[in-house]
Amino acid sequence: MRKEPKKKESLLRNSGFQTIIGSLLCIIIGLLIGYIVLLIINPGGAGKAIIAILKNFLYYPSATAATKYFGTTLVKASALLMCSLSVLFAWKVGLFNIGAAGQYVIGVGACLYCGLKFGLPWYVCLAAAIIIAAIVGGISGALKAYFNVNEVISCIMLNWIGLYSVNMLLAKVKEQSTPYTKPLASTNKSALLPNMGLDTLFANNEFVTIGVILSIIMAIVVWVVLEKTKFGYELKATGMNKNAAKYCGMREKRNIILTMMIAGGLAGFGAGIFYLSGIEQWMVQQTSVPAMGFNGIAAAFLGGSNPIGAVFSSYFIQHITSGGTYVDKTMYCTQISDLISAFIIYLCGFVLFFKMWLNRYLDKRDEKLAAKGQKGGEA
Amino acid sequence: MLLLIQYTLIFASVLVLVALGGCFSEHSGVINIGLEGIMVIGALGGALMMKYLPGGTAAPIVILLVILASVLIGMIFSLLLGVAAIKFNADQTLIGTALNLLGPAIAVVLVRAINTAESVDNVSSTVAYGHAKKAFIVNIGKFEFNWFMLIALLVLAASYIILYKTKFGLRLCACGEHPQAADSVGINVYKMRYAGVIISGALGGLGGLVYITAGVSEWKFENGVAGFGFLALAVMIFGQWRPVNIGLAALLFGLFRALSNVYTGFDALVALKLPSTVYNMLPYIISLVVLVFVSKKSRAPKAEGIPYDKGQR
Repeated sequence: MRKEPKKKESLLRNSGFQTIIGSLLCIIIGLLIGYIVLLIINPGGAGKAIIAILKNFLYYPSATAATKYFGTTLVKASALLMCSLSVLFAWKVGLFNIGAAGQYVIGVGACLYCGLKFGLPWYVCLAAAIIIAAIVGGISGALKAYFNVNEVISCIMLNWIGLYSVNMLLAKVKEQSTPYTKPLASTNKSALLPNMGLDTLFANNEFVTIGVILSIIMAIVVWVVLEKTKFGYELKATGMNKNAAKYCGMREKRNIILTMMIAGGLAGFGAGIFYLSGIEQWMVQQTSVPAMGFNGIAAAFLGGSNPIGAVFSSYFIQHITSGGTYVDKTMYCTQISDLISAFIIYLCGFVLFFKMWLNRYLDKRDEKLAAKGQKGGEA
Repeated sequence: MLLLIQYTLIFASVLVLVALGGCFSEHSGVINIGLEGIMVIGALGGALMMKYLPGGTAAPIVILLVILASVLIGMIFSLLLGVAAIKFNADQTLIGTALNLLGPAIAVVLVRAINTAESVDNVSSTVAYGHAKKAFIVNIGKFEFNWFMLIALLVLAASYIILYKTKFGLRLCACGEHPQAADSVGINVYKMRYAGVIISGALGGLGGLVYITAGVSEWKFENGVAGFGFLALAVMIFGQWRPVNIGLAALLFGLFRALSNVYTGFDALVALKLPSTVYNMLPYIISLVVLVFVSKKSRAPKAEGIPYDKGQR
């Protein structure tokens, strides 16, 4: 009888378990705030709207349609997962890669230009996206390492520079009458990622490609690199204390640049697997950086900055983002999901405090229990 | 040429206000990356105030009320950062980023809700405030003088005096340099940091208002403020956290930003045949280059970004 509460407690004290509870709390409070906002806007349909957001593709009554849109959500989530891995990887090394959005945009530019202008096959396009995005990430890293430029600010500047340059570049491969780039399916079929039969699983949704699988493999690779290799250990050590790492003979400047390059490459990979599936065309008059990179930040922190956690959190964030399109548009707008995910990021800032509070609470309870036990013994 | 000066001054006013906001916050020891979001929210407050003020209101009252709305809403919004960073020791970069995402999201949801309530077919996120905006502008010949230019100058002067010549300012700076030392002589570090963050919220909100009234008479909130909050941070770093230098840096950045609006008026620039996108990119490129040169010898407040822990030595 005495053993049971003890076992439960060790679970509560487990840092990973605490993170999961913290993230779940963030989600619940985030959704609650979203619900309140909906209530304020229009009390009549708030309940229905929040259910629509949570249901996402289940909105469709027919199973075929639901499976199909489940596939679409997965494709988007896989790109989001890559962005969140990009943020997470840098974060583990003590860098805040807010530039995932810009690196993603650059990746889009590279892969679509290679595919549409030069007619290259998908693997070359994907490689181009990764390499160019890695270089852009590397610029931020180098500026940080050699010139002490705050990576957040240099990343933001590169986001805007990237957006404008990609718009300029892709304007060369756009359709005559629309501001969108030519569709890959009709211009260069070889640039589309192979389906490998995955499309048949999702009611012939041709956008479900090996990209989805690749992104999950990448999540595992990132986890292995960070947790199980000497290289990952070195990077994390650099993040904890740059000077100590230098003292131990690690090349801290190289590590910072490499980290940002890998982070950039991951974001570029995300751009590649998304746009090379042919699901969307780039609009060359875009005036804001796509939200994918910023949602990546939400997913990274909601997943407790753990690559495996990021798989689930990315899916969740994408699920509610896609779900936002099903709210009753005569009352609400689709951006309500953006609001919820923004609140979730905000709440993630409190997870550390929550863990501290929980530990202190557990300590106090233990003390009380111990005191009680002593008293009982004396009597 | 006159147009260039006009745009330079108005964009410089935005940058000065927001950069000074960042300056106050960082001198108190809190990094405020969320200025961009604060700007959007402040702009929203001002825009809605302008929208709902009755047409016949006298100009000075319009100016006062609109500024008050932006400043107050900016302050309230900045408290989200203050409470998280000061009370709950949250990561300041993360919270700042959250504010940047929250700001535009709140603005779009709110404006769309208002627009849809007015007419079901209106799903835009645009607020029009044409008539009220005229209160801010005085035409001197061909030059459109905007009261905000004067306000920015006054805020700049006031910031200099407050930061360097008053007890409050010196104490604020102490909290950003060495909070433990400040605490040991009886300064309430938490209070000072709240003050820094709230001032940055007020100035950020005001800056947002100035940005949306510069040149246009309606604002589409989906666009946010196009990275201006971050440009202001670059201005702050370029100005090495000192008000006077910030003022000069803002003029330089304002000039480059203004060029993208008015470069077609200069034959020499048109002759270069650069696409307009290049001019749009220019402020961001310049700020990257500038940061490379000034960041090495950074005079950033030493304790910025570190949550204050009383027990630490």
